[in-house]
Order: sequence, then structure tokens, then C-alpha cells
Amino acid sequence: MTSRTERLRRQSLETPPSLTAERAVLVTAFYRAHEGRHSVPVMRAKAFYHLCEQKAVWIGEDELIVGERGPGPKAVPTFPELTCHSLDDLRILDSRAKTWYRVPEECLRAYEADVIPYWHGRSMRDRIFAELPADWHEAYGAGLFTEFMEQRAPGHTVLDGKIYAKGMLDFKSEIVRAIERLDFLSDPLALDRLEALKSFDIACDAVMLYARRHAERARELAGQESDPKRRAELEKIAAVCSHVPAHAPRDFQEAIQYYWFCHLAVITELNGWDSFNPGHLDQHLQPFFERGLADGTLTRASARELLECLFVKFNNHPAPPKVGVTAAESGTYTDFANINIGGLLPDGSDGSNEVSHILLDIVDEMHLLQPSTNIQLSRKSPDALLEHALRVLRKGYGFPSLFNADAVVQEQLRQGKTLEDARAGGCSGCVEVGAFGKEAYILTGYFNMPKVFELALHNGVDSKTGKRLGPETGAPHSFRTFDDLFAAYRAQFRHILEIKLRGNQIIQRMYATRMPAPFLSVLTDDCIRRGLDYNAGGARYNNTYIQFVGLGSLTDSLSAVNQLCFSPPRAADSPSAPAHGPRLDLGRLVGILDADFAGQEELRQHLLHKMPRYGNDDDRADAIMIRVFNTCVEELDGRPDTKGGRYRIEMLPTTCHVYFGSVTGASPDGRKAGRPLSEGISPVQGADRNGPTAVIRSAAKMDHIKAGGTLLNMKFAPSLVATEDALRKWGHLVRSYFKMDGHHVQFNVVRAATLREAQERPDEHRDLIVRVAGYSDYFCDLSPELQDEIIERTEHEGF
Amino acid sequence: MESGTIFSIQRYSTQDGPGIRTTVFLKGCPLHCAWCHNPESISPRREIVVLETRCVGCGQCREACPFGAAVPSTGPLPPRIDACTLCGACADACPTGARQLIGRTVTVDELALQLARDRVFFEDSGGGVTISGGEPLAQPRFLVALLEACRARGLHTALDTAGFGRWEDLRDAARLTDLVLYDLKAFDSERHRRLTGVSNGLILDNLRLLAGEHRRVWIRVPLVPGFNDDLDDLARMAEFVSRLPHPPLVNLLPFHRTALLKFARLGLDHALDGVATPSAAALARVREVFANVGLSVKVGG
Repeated sequence: MTSRTERLRRQSLETPPSLTAERAVLVTAFYRAHEGRHSVPVMRAKAFYHLCEQKAVWIGEDELIVGERGPGPKAVPTFPELTCHSLDDLRILDSRAKTWYRVPEECLRAYEADVIPYWHGRSMRDRIFAELPADWHEAYGAGLFTEFMEQRAPGHTVLDGKIYAKGMLDFKSEIVRAIERLDFLSDPLALDRLEALKSFDIACDAVMLYARRHAERARELAGQESDPKRRAELEKIAAVCSHVPAHAPRDFQEAIQYYWFCHLAVITELNGWDSFNPGHLDQHLQPFFERGLADGTLTRASARELLECLFVKFNNHPAPPKVGVTAAESGTYTDFANINIGGLLPDGSDGSNEVSHILLDIVDEMHLLQPSTNIQLSRKSPDALLEHALRVLRKGYGFPSLFNADAVVQEQLRQGKTLEDARAGGCSGCVEVGAFGKEAYILTGYFNMPKVFELALHNGVDSKTGKRLGPETGAPHSFRTFDDLFAAYRAQFRHILEIKLRGNQIIQRMYATRMPAPFLSVLTDDCIRRGLDYNAGGARYNNTYIQFVGLGSLTDSLSAVNQLCFSPPRAADSPSAPAHGPRLDLGRLVGILDADFAGQEELRQHLLHKMPRYGNDDDRADAIMIRVFNTCVEELDGRPDTKGGRYRIEMLPTTCHVYFGSVTGASPDGRKAGRPLSEGISPVQGADRNGPTAVIRSAAKMDHIKAGGTLLNMKFAPSLVATEDALRKWGHLVRSYFKMDGHHVQFNVVRAATLREAQERPDEHRDLIVRVAGYSDYFCDLSPELQDEIIERTEHEGF
Repeated sequence: MESGTIFSIQRYSTQDGPGIRTTVFLKGCPLHCAWCHNPESISPRREIVVLETRCVGCGQCREACPFGAAVPSTGPLPPRIDACTLCGACADACPTGARQLIGRTVTVDELALQLARDRVFFEDSGGGVTISGGEPLAQPRFLVALLEACRARGLHTALDTAGFGRWEDLRDAARLTDLVLYDLKAFDSERHRRLTGVSNGLILDNLRLLAGEHRRVWIRVPLVPGFNDDLDDLARMAEFVSRLPHPPLVNLLPFHRTALLKFARLGLDHALDGVATPSAAALARVREVFANVGLSVKVGG
């Protein structure tokens, strides 16, 4: 870091996150004044223009890359048109112990006087909840699934390389041409397309205006500046902001600043999940880097400093606060921008370059919470890239995570993308694949598989409330074989899934018709060409996901039931085995679970320690895991959404396994009621006993290519990877997983003792970052349950 | 079908030869090294081990044991009781897996299938299977059959031996293996007898013969402060090793205190109280002794 970026970093770390009513007030005023005057898309675009015209412009001391979402660093705007926080919500955000946001008095006053009175009953959240049927509400209330779009917009989207070759003026010409091509004679939707295209055009103007205001402010500051060095910097900023985003960037700084304007615009227009993301930043910047070095306008040091300034910008933007269930499913400041490093070029060659290594050096040195970073590791990627990544990872900050670029391509080819589009894609958010700049891949919510199994054990009734939520699939004593039981699970699964899907279709159409995203549409092929919004299916590719949670917990539960209730007596190869038949009646087991193992601690220990469990390369358990996984694929994959796209599966929990565990009773894997479920495709915490290769072998047995992302989390003690030799073997571990088509793996390198210490004395360990599930977080900001779980997760050390 | 007795299979073993390896530990050893890191390997018989960290004190082991009532004291049984017939009922009854019956008989095919499970990791990393113990030469027919089975499956193999066996057995095994990890514990014969219970005449003779016909041998020297870290003795050992036909790589294996815990879990006594892991400085001195005679030295396996 330079002294400049050290100061900027410190400012970013030390400024407390706060809420600002700036955006809410501007949007509310605009809607009050203009409601009913324009088509929905044009209304959205004009509201966006109003924001770009009116919101405060911040250019901080020392900054080289400029622009903030709120009036200053760490000031987080709200989106009342999506979710209108109540005064209670705001007070809770201000006072809660974890992931709090300071809420200034004037914000509360503005909400009370202005924002809430207008948006109450008008926000998307209010309208969605009013529209959804009773069975959806019941299943949602029971914790069988969550819903992403009830308070944030569809997102997870990533930019490709288009902005490095085109300015907003170029996009505007494309829009004009698209309008000229409209065929009012034979296209019944021509008017809708016209309105969409008009909205796109306004959005381009809005972003150019926003940049010009920064140029003006920089010029003004330069005029007041006495230090000639800083004056020159401000003049450069003014020149950059006068050129981009109207025109394509000419140098390294313009390229970064252009991206940053796009980023701010996307996250100001709407509050999409996973904010926004530059994707293959190293690939996009490499030409500017080379040119700058060649013509002497850039040095390696100045390039790195500019990138460090960009990293600070990401960290200045905590995720806008959520409320209710959504806050529980992902309680974090992280907004999931996830920079891809390495990967493949569209022609199939290795995409890593010198900028890749600079990015890794920055991650290593700055260890900020945001942005997330990941390595896209292809079999063509050099070992030097992998080893550099592992050296950074070894320090225990949880970055970068590791993805299999070749599997990422295969997964996308299976979804019907072209080879080039697939290679230009990568991963965003936690582990999701996407064709960057060309796809809307929308995650819609988590799905609680162990809770569905609980329904199957109770003939469709929620054992917690006594309410019937699923069909009658038989009482426990009616299952004569394990297959009978699995069929009941599958029937419950389908029933609950279809409730969720009906809700999804409704919500998707509501976003398509009521909450378009004009600026994001400009950036996403082929919205302009089709005259169709990103939220209405305008993207070249559309995929809609449900994320399944609790694979390990459910597998181990099924395995235990199979073993205890349905298996024949043990064979003679184990002479010490007691020779009686099925040892436990399923009905009796269900009774024990309902009583949360009261008086049955020995049975619970037996379930925890003596059953075949997922994560040990034990085919008895792993075969059940495959069946659970395939059920997700067979029941969901390929179903149509409302945008011309398909539904797909995702195996990722964020932190939802904690929430889902809290609503799920005791399970046959020995888990007590309310305890967290397993996360991603990781084994149940502590279930794996045969070391990392066995975990990896187990995890590789599912067909990763059929998912749009799987998440495997492993925790290593530092001693395991301390030497150079050990580091190389660690690299082989990763390569081997990827040879078997594994999608993703992330490592926590930390001692349990260190974590316990951090739990006891958080003030001394505030900078301790751990991988949680698809992202990294400050350990001390996690809930105590999550902290405990991370401590408990098996440390892979010898006997 | 040949079968033998093993006590453990360790995957992602990174200290027993090149690459990522799976190490299988054969049970039974003619040596009784005071510092043994795998005391459960010594007896060729099955044994009971208790992992105290997992024991919840439920006493199920005592209830299941045919002689449990006769054992004085209350609560969980100690690892060893006099009347024990190793029936395994206690381990079976233990709900947490704290109490385990160590040692099982496996056929060569069944074992080779297990060992091949991590093939993808071996192939990516240049690793393979290591056969360790105990002393693999104590089950010579099983060892040869196992090496043949691994070779038939295309797995790289390493044989970890202390060399205390018949030369013919060592020769036959070495011909089927890619790498021999050969332990030298002390050079002076009397010292060796004191520390391990046997003289090292046979061990050194075997090593001389082995080095004459096998090019891939690594010497492994455990370093236990106060037991075998005498620099003069190590210097003579280094001299001997350097004069072998193909001077091998030398691995120094520092004593690790996990061994203490294992003795306790088996209910065995040991003489290791107060023994510490060798200091970095001590390791450097020993490394120097071997490097001085031109040998390549590596700390760790």
C-alpha cells in the first residue's frame, strides 16, 4: 500500500456504517410529483435520472477513483420502493449487536414524515406479500424456504468487457437503431419495447450527468487546492470524469473509473442481490496496463495504487440492510461483489496475466472485507497462479476462494450457452455461474431439505406447529422399505417446491412489469436489441435458481434411518456385531426426535459416531447423497420460468443453514432441535473423520455439472499448510478435486484456539476474517451460533 | 487369498514419501523403540484403545463386557483389563466411538481396493501408497502380495521398514516397490539394543545389500532428544550411509509428543516424560552432520 491507500483503507475501516435517507427522500419526492405521468419503465428511468442529478457528489481527500453510493463512505442508502423499513426496523438496525447501522435522527424523521406514509402498501415487498397465496405464506412461515425478491431486486449480475470498448454514447446509438427497427405493424409488443428503449436512453443520460457532476466538482476542488501535486490529481480526475462513461476509456485510470460509475449506477438504480461485479477484472484491464507501461503513462506501482483505490471503494459500501427472515438468512455487511482472477479467455487460452498477480498482492496486503475475490482455476492455469493464491489463503483471511473454470464452462454449455459466452463467464456472489454481461441468473431463495424430510416423517404435518403443510404420504410405520420412505420424502419435496415455484412465477412477473432495471439493461446483452428489460427476460440467457440447503444433514439422517430401521442384521465379517435385526422402529425414532432426544443421549451419540456419514468416502452414505442431489435436479432442473429461461439448482447456503436449523426439529443424524444444518455440500460439522481427500472424494460424487454452483468449505489448521512442500500438496488437493469436476472449494486456515480467543475477546480480534459460506466475514461480527459452528468444524489434523 | 493384520489407513499422508499418499499401517513389530509414535503397532494382536476426548463416561463398555462387573473401580473400563479376550463387545457398545478395537484382518484385494481410492490425488501429486507399520517385513507374504496388487493397479508404492527381517523377504518386497523408506535409529549396536530391544547388525547388513540392488532408498532417522541424538553416533551413521553404493536421501523425523497421548490411550507405560520436540538449533546441528559427508538431508518425510 502507499501512504495514500493506507489512509483511505483506514478511513474505510474506521468509518461506522450508517443509513442515509438521501435516496429514499429523493425517490419519494419524485414519485409523489410524477406518479401516473409515465410508463413504468420511463418512470423508473426518470427517478434514476433524478437521483443522478440531485444526490450529493463526494470526492474525498486523497481519492483517485471517485464516487459513492451515499453522500459519503459507509453511508448506506435505502430502497423504499422495494422494502420500506418501519421505524422499528430502523431502531433495531441501529441498536442490534451484530451488523448494526447507525441511523441518524434525521433519517428516522424523514422516514416517519415522508417515506413511510408514501410507500406503505406501495413497496414491492408489501405488494408481493399481498399477492402470494395462503399455502405460500404457510410454508414460508414454517421456514421451508426463503424468498430473495421480497426486499431486494433480482441481481447476481456481472459485467463483461463491453464497457472497455464502448461509451454511453455508443449505447445510445444502439438504442436509436433499435427504436428505428421497431415494427408496429406486426409486433404487438412494439410499444412496450419503445417504452423500454426510452428508459434505457434516459438511464445512459443519467449516468453521463452523474459523471459530469463529478468532473465539475473535481475542477472546483482543483481551483481551491494549494498543493500542486493534489491539484494535478484533481485535474486528472476531472479529465477522466469528463471522458468516461460517455466514451470508451483510453487508459488504466479511465477504465477503472468507468467501471466504478457503472457499479454505482447499478446499485443506485436498484438494490440487486450481490451488488454489481466487474467479473474478469484482470483480463479487462490487462490491455490498458500494457499500453500504460509501454507509453510511460503508468508504472506497476501506480497501477497497483489505482486498483487499491478501487478496492477501498468496494469496502466503502456495506450491503443495504435487510429485515426479517432475510436478515437472518444472510446477516452480513458483505454485498458479495466477487472479482474473478485468472480463468479462460473466450478463445480458450489461459486468461491469467500480470494484473492477476497484482490483484492477489492487493488481497494479501489490504485484507478488506470487500470485494470478495476468487481464482478461476482452469487446467490451463499455471501452478504459479494457484500457488500465489494459496500463499494468500494460507494467511487465514479467507480470500480468494477457488473455482474450477473448466467445470464452470461445462455447466454453462449444458445450459445452452455458446462456448465463447461460457468462457467469458465465471462466478459471482457466493458460487453462482453466469455468462457475464449476457445473462440474468436469478437466485430466488433457499430450500430447507431437512425440514421437508421432517414433513415426510410426520405424514405432511409440521411437527413444530401441528399444521398440515404437505400431502399425506404415510405414517412412519407404513414404510416397509427405505425406498418407501424416500418416495414419501420426494412427494413432500415436490409439493413444497411447487408452492415455492408458483410464488416465484408471480414475483418474477411483478418485477418484469412493475420494477424494471433500465441501466442494468443497457449493460446486459441483448436487452437493447430485443427492446426488453433485464427483469423481463431481455438478457441473452435467463436462468432462475433455487438454492438447496442441508445436503449433509439430510444424507446423514437418511443414512442413519436406513441403517437403524431398514437394514438387515450386520454380516458375519464383523464378529463382534450383535446379531439382532432392525434395531429401531421408525415410529419410535420419530417419537425420540419429537422429544429432542430427551433421555436418549446414548442413542444420539450412537447416531453421531457409529452411522455411515457423508464426507468419509463411504459409499453407503454417499450413494444416499447422490440420490438426494439427483432428486433436486430431477424435480427442478429444466422447468420453465416466466422469462423464457429455465429453473436450475444451486447448492449453497450463505448463512441460511443457521436459520433453517433453528426452525427444524431434531434429526436422525443426531442433530438436536434448532441447531444449524450442514452448509453447502460440506459434510455435517465434525462428521468427516478420514481427512481432506475423503471429504473431497465424497463431494465429487455428485454431478457438479448439473448444478449452477456448489459450495464446499474446508477448515485447515495452519500447520497443515505451513511448509512449501505442504503448500504444493494442498495445490494438488485442489487440482484433484477439479479433475473430478468439483465446482468450488474454500479454505479457512485458522486454529480453533485462535477463534475461541476471538470469541472471548472480540476487541482484540476484530480483523479476524473467516470464510463463512461462499464469502468471508469478520469473525466477531458473526452470530455466536455461527462462531461456534466454525470452531467445531473438523480441523483436519491427525489422530 | 493372502490376508494380513493392519491397524490403520491414513489418507492425505504427506510425510511418508513423495506426493499425496495413503499409508497403511501393518500391525506387529519386532522392535520396541522407547519413543514409538505408533505404540498400537507393536503387538501383532488386536488391542483396545480409548480416545479420552470422545468418552462421555456412560459406562456402556462395562455393561457390555463379560468381565466388566469383576473389574474394580466404577464407570468406563480402562483400556486394558486382565481377563480381556478382545471380543470387542465393549467397543461395539460404545456410543461415541471412544473405545475402539484396534487391528483387523484384511485380504489383499479388499485392502488394495481401499488404498486405490485416492488414486486421483496420487496421480496429480506424484504420490501413492506407503506400507508402514509396525514392521511390514513381519508379515512377508502379505506384504509381497499387497505390493503385487498395488503394482497391478498402477499405484506408486513405498515400503517403510526398519529392516529387521530376513534379507530374502526384504529383497522380494523391494523388487516390487518404487521406493524404500529405511529407518535407522542408532548406529552403535549396543545403543541400538538398549533403545529398541535388538541389535542393528542385521539392519545394517540388509541396508548394505539393499543399496546394492535398489536405487530408490530414503533413510529415515527419528530424532529423540536424550535417546538417539548423540552427534558422534549420528556422524558414524552418516559416514556409513554416505558410503552406500547409491547414497540415499536422508529424512530427519523430529520426535513428536503425540506419541505420549497414544501410550496413555492404550493404557501403556512409557519413558518419555520430559522429552521435548528437538529444537530448531538441534535439528540444524544434526542436519549439518549428514550434510558434511555430502548427503542430501530433509527435515520431515
